[in-house]
Amino acid sequence: MPAYVVSYKCVGCGDCVTACPQSIIHIDPGNRKAFNIEPDMCWECFPCVKVCEQKAVEIRGYSDFSPLGGQVTLDRDTKSNVITWFIRYKNGKEYKFTYPIRTTQWGSIKPAHEYAAPSPEALKTHLLLGEPSIFGLDHLPVPVRKTSKER
Amino acid sequence: MRTSTKVTRRTKLVDADVLIIGGGMAACGAAFEARHWGRNLRIVMVDKAGTDRSGAVAAGLAAANTFMGIKWGENTPEDFVKYCRNDLMGILREDLVYDIGRHVDSSVHLFEEWGLPIWKDKTTGKYFREGRWQVMIDGESYKPIVAEAAKKSLTALYEYIMVTHLLTDANDPDRIAGAVGFGQHDGTFYVFRANAVIVAAAGATRIFRTRSTGEGHGRSWYPPSASGSSYGLMIPIGAEMTCMENRLVVGRFKDVYNPVGMVFLLLKAKATNAYGHEYEQSHVKEQRELYGKYVESKPFPTCLRNDSLRREAVAGRAPIYLHLEEALKKNEPIRNVQGLELPGSPQDRLQKLWGYFLGMNPSAAVYSAAANADYAVQPAEMMTTEPYVMGSHATMSGAWASGPSDVLDGTAPEYNWGHNRMTTIKGLFGAGDAIGACPHKFSSGAHAEGRIAGKSAVQYVIENQQDEPSLDMDHVKQLKEEIFHPLDVYKDGKAYSTKDYISPDYLLPTHGLFRLEKLMDEYAGGWSTWYTSNEELLKIGLDKLERLKEDLPYLGASDGHDLLRCWELRHRVWTAEAVVKHSLYRKETRWPGYFYRSDYPKLDDENWRCFVNSKYNPKTQEWNIFSRPYEQVVME
Repeated sequence: MPAYVVSYKCVGCGDCVTACPQSIIHIDPGNRKAFNIEPDMCWECFPCVKVCEQKAVEIRGYSDFSPLGGQVTLDRDTKSNVITWFIRYKNGKEYKFTYPIRTTQWGSIKPAHEYAAPSPEALKTHLLLGEPSIFGLDHLPVPVRKTSKER
Repeated sequence: MRTSTKVTRRTKLVDADVLIIGGGMAACGAAFEARHWGRNLRIVMVDKAGTDRSGAVAAGLAAANTFMGIKWGENTPEDFVKYCRNDLMGILREDLVYDIGRHVDSSVHLFEEWGLPIWKDKTTGKYFREGRWQVMIDGESYKPIVAEAAKKSLTALYEYIMVTHLLTDANDPDRIAGAVGFGQHDGTFYVFRANAVIVAAAGATRIFRTRSTGEGHGRSWYPPSASGSSYGLMIPIGAEMTCMENRLVVGRFKDVYNPVGMVFLLLKAKATNAYGHEYEQSHVKEQRELYGKYVESKPFPTCLRNDSLRREAVAGRAPIYLHLEEALKKNEPIRNVQGLELPGSPQDRLQKLWGYFLGMNPSAAVYSAAANADYAVQPAEMMTTEPYVMGSHATMSGAWASGPSDVLDGTAPEYNWGHNRMTTIKGLFGAGDAIGACPHKFSSGAHAEGRIAGKSAVQYVIENQQDEPSLDMDHVKQLKEEIFHPLDVYKDGKAYSTKDYISPDYLLPTHGLFRLEKLMDEYAGGWSTWYTSNEELLKIGLDKLERLKEDLPYLGASDGHDLLRCWELRHRVWTAEAVVKHSLYRKETRWPGYFYRSDYPKLDDENWRCFVNSKYNPKTQEWNIFSRPYEQVVME
């Protein structure tokens, strides 16, 4: 409805609450399980599905144009860095696709302050971190431009 | 209580040198770059959601849509300006667009270094292109990768905070001093004091009524979380805005809004009307008469592609079909614009197409599976979306910003008055959807623009370090009351009625949202009018917006979640008001397919090849709408 939480699987950990970019997954104060508080603000973007270790979050298509039936599930593996999608059509047809998600280890990115500190002179230029060598030039491009008077 | 979240209303003060509002691609770029240049500065980011998945890249992206390929001599920033100028029918800030063109590659090369899987040609090492400007990626984790670089570079990150207002200096209304907002999970009232602020808080969906109804309201092409906060924050303190009349409509798979880039550019699928005719170029004669030379632009401008589809549908020749079933049947290598090839058996094509959909719009699979819509077997229907207001796609709403000083070089003072990407408010910067007249940034360009703004903000802070801004604490106190007011309105109003979802004493945020969407749709050129309005209609729309604004103090919130929606609605209303006022001022049809002025159906270069800008005066509460001249940087 679009994202919904399977009652018997949910342990109320709240991972889907913090993952949801649309701020619509909440914890029910009664049963302490997650629920979609506003299905018509759901984008079916899947962060809630991807983050749930219990596989308790699923998606059912928007009721105004999507029939019932069919199922899309996934395995996102951050060790081998691939995602596998399983699409099961209502008529029984199945597709399984695997794609890479990252070429480096999670957590391996060098933060900006671990690059060599720039000089105060460089601060005054238009160059950004790594430029211009990062795109293979020895200078930042500047347009050749006629002055207003010449035009 | 619907939810276990609390509203405590305790106050927390946060000091920052550079405060970044937002958490998407642009904000993450700003965080990373600001840290590089401001090693000892307090770089603080405040995001409405969790940064790993916040923003328009929440589901991932399957292409980085802006990349020059400077390293391989593929395109120059000049080429990029020409392309964007044609696509936007002759209007854009060439200095800002040029600047994106010369910086965007460095962001994409960083993404690769960080671990984003970019498709590459094994022999040359070149990135494999979708079209002339786009490179293909396996981008399911695009956002968490970019977020990792940003998060590691920040002094502090505050997530799940709705920023409601910007604050100006107690002694100088034209200088930024910080921002206020509240925590969605615990109702903490946050007061941020900052020397420089970068707004990168998205454009807007759900200003105009969505085509889908009920649950489908959420299936806007651009995410529901995009509440126009970039505009709703900057307009009220008097920042000058531009191109707010340039709303965006895109042609997509009907209902599910799957992306079409790869479908057309790589798989070369054909779009036809109901009778099998490839219609896109069949209206050129009429289009030439109304819209002039831009009709000859190659590639055919985005808005004109919509115009062609609209002409077919209005003439009764819908449905428009996307013939993927033919494209997927082919058994030949997939050749791109670089002359590079990929294996192209039917199975390869299917694998690539689904990677493209699942990597950025998994909703496509949910619908296909339920509806037994197998694109390998049957054509898909195509339709234009509802309008959106944003600044990073084939559109350019946003703040009027100071450009790079080395591009226009002092010859155009209206384009250059301070650091790059600074707005007309001192110390207030923008990036991504927040910066106007700078289209076609997409994810990579938004990141690059964030980095530009991040460096500029550091330059500004270092210059002004001895001169900290001061907050007007009485004003802050007043804002705190205003922010939590909907909770009190609800509490007081619900007793009168037997059910809390209807009361004569308040509007719930969904009520206000539906009212806004309906009036914008019917009076300001939504899909139900095929994007058409005129002076009379726009004026009635403005009047109805006034009536809605009178009701905003009576918004009621049953809990913290409603409170979030109340303040998002307020940002949407500010955005909508700017859209209508700008649309009234521009007396021509500049971007057919996005918006038609039926009383001025032609594009009029003689009188209107200029920017429509606006400035709201917070003291008098009046809007001033005016034009700014066009400056050409890159010759034809």
